[in-house]
Amino acid sequence: MGRLKPLMVRQPRIFWRKNYIFALALALLLALPFIFTARFQHHVMIKVLMFAFLGCAWNIIGGYTGQVALGHAAFFGIGAYTSSLCYIWFGLNPWFGMLLGGILAVAVSAVINYPCFRLHGRYFAIATLALGEIIRLLFTNWRLVGGALGVRLPLLPESLWNFQFHTTKLPYYYITLVLCALIFALVYKIERSKLGFYLRAIKESEEAARSLGIDVAKYKLVAMSFSVFFTAMAGTIYAQYILYIDPISVMPLMTSLLICVVPVVGGAGTLWGPALGAPILMVAIEYSRAWLGGGGRGVDYMIVGAMMVAIIFRPAGLISFFQGPRFRQWWKRIRG
Amino acid sequence: MPKEPLLEVNNIEVRYNEIPAIFDASFKIEAGQIVALVGSNGAGKTTILRTISGLLHNTKGEIKFLGSKIDGQLPHHIAALGIAHVPEGRGLFGKLTVVENLLLGAYTRKSELEITETLEEVFQLFPILKERTSQKAETMSGGEQQMLAVARGLMPRPKLLMLDEPSLGLMPTMVDKVVDIIKIISKRGTTILLVEQAVRDALELADKAYVLQNGRTVLEGTGEELLNSGLVKKAYLGM
Repeated sequence: MGRLKPLMVRQPRIFWRKNYIFALALALLLALPFIFTARFQHHVMIKVLMFAFLGCAWNIIGGYTGQVALGHAAFFGIGAYTSSLCYIWFGLNPWFGMLLGGILAVAVSAVINYPCFRLHGRYFAIATLALGEIIRLLFTNWRLVGGALGVRLPLLPESLWNFQFHTTKLPYYYITLVLCALIFALVYKIERSKLGFYLRAIKESEEAARSLGIDVAKYKLVAMSFSVFFTAMAGTIYAQYILYIDPISVMPLMTSLLICVVPVVGGAGTLWGPALGAPILMVAIEYSRAWLGGGGRGVDYMIVGAMMVAIIFRPAGLISFFQGPRFRQWWKRIRG
Repeated sequence: MPKEPLLEVNNIEVRYNEIPAIFDASFKIEAGQIVALVGSNGAGKTTILRTISGLLHNTKGEIKFLGSKIDGQLPHHIAALGIAHVPEGRGLFGKLTVVENLLLGAYTRKSELEITETLEEVFQLFPILKERTSQKAETMSGGEQQMLAVARGLMPRPKLLMLDEPSLGLMPTMVDKVVDIIKIISKRGTTILLVEQAVRDALELADKAYVLQNGRTVLEGTGEELLNSGLVKKAYLGM
């Protein structure tokens, strides 16, 4: 695409596409655990990064391609279960289990999501939501994988190879950060590639794309495969972090919704959307849970609901506050 | 020996959810012609184009392109054979820029060099688009959008270009412009299938024309013949 690429690449003149903002953000994230040092604060930061990661993964199919999938928790769970069970049954190292979980998630999604691609808009959302729930119920009643009791991972000496750390949460934080950086780079690449170009065309008008000769089902499948692969990887991190998984904790509807709401609040179909949405939502959710405890049960759901209502007034997401002409003027002024 | 037609539609029937919209339509397009398909609202003109490009499927009859059957094939296969469809209402990608829309039109082609050449040709034909390359399609005027839609139809260098109501919603001077463009495209050797409600314009332009009524092709002839036929005069020209 050497000759044509400059023509089709979207090159918005937004200040923070520039590299120094990337570097600044990365430096801040690297230093953050030493600014806030409490274990609970580390936990919140890990959750933020994990959902930023999941949001980026969802964004590929939901944001760029415009196919609102609401069953991603199932793939998160498949990732968690694959690595955990493969370790328990075969002694497979969780790092390889993570890759295997991703591959398995892609295979499952190809089988169950492919027929859904014929559905449009809200019907696609309903179908994926139902499939996610079906998979959760399947795992709940499947004795081989622990059923409702779930799977307890055996404790091992802490090391990077074992993917277990007991004295501190910091390694989990940095592992998730590395994966976040990876997916950020990948989405950045997709945004500027032929693939991203076709995905945006499908989002804009599926029928027009089809009549121009674009194999719509194929590209939806590619986008979905990328998306669920990374979603499953996050599942493994979660399993290694908590060391206990059951269908309620890894496959709930709430996770499916959060995976979707995080990028939508931040700005669906944008590189930075999930990175904006994740801190706001996850900090609010985790702290409301910690402060209110059992008496405030359900407040986290209310926060998600309130965010979904609030975003109706700003459909392009929080990122749109940083894209208007007024913001650009302000930015110019403070830069002098 | 009679020349083999580029596109041949034989007695097709098309249904929407079991309810037939096209009962029995047949027509032929020879290479190099402008063929017009005219008829009133709801006669089934758009349905026929959508069937040819594979977005709908016929329940009876057959569609042949260059002598081989294409009905039942998937839209992206049909597009790759060299049939370009400029849909009614233009079907542009509103949030994408003009040049991005054009490049998507060339999806079926591989050689970048050739694509850039076609892009230059298209810009010659539509200078307005060259000025607007990085503008989002949805921010352009109706006439400009129609130009873009036709231009995008040319990007794959189709053997057959199907235009669905290119004059829809355009002011009269813009309609004249579209007519001129169609003539130029035809002179350069692209075969055109034109679907229109603006019957007079379409018949003046066409080498051959078919009248579609209630899902049936009821009349055929050269554009001039149809302009002078009693039925057309009475039903569509108000004479």
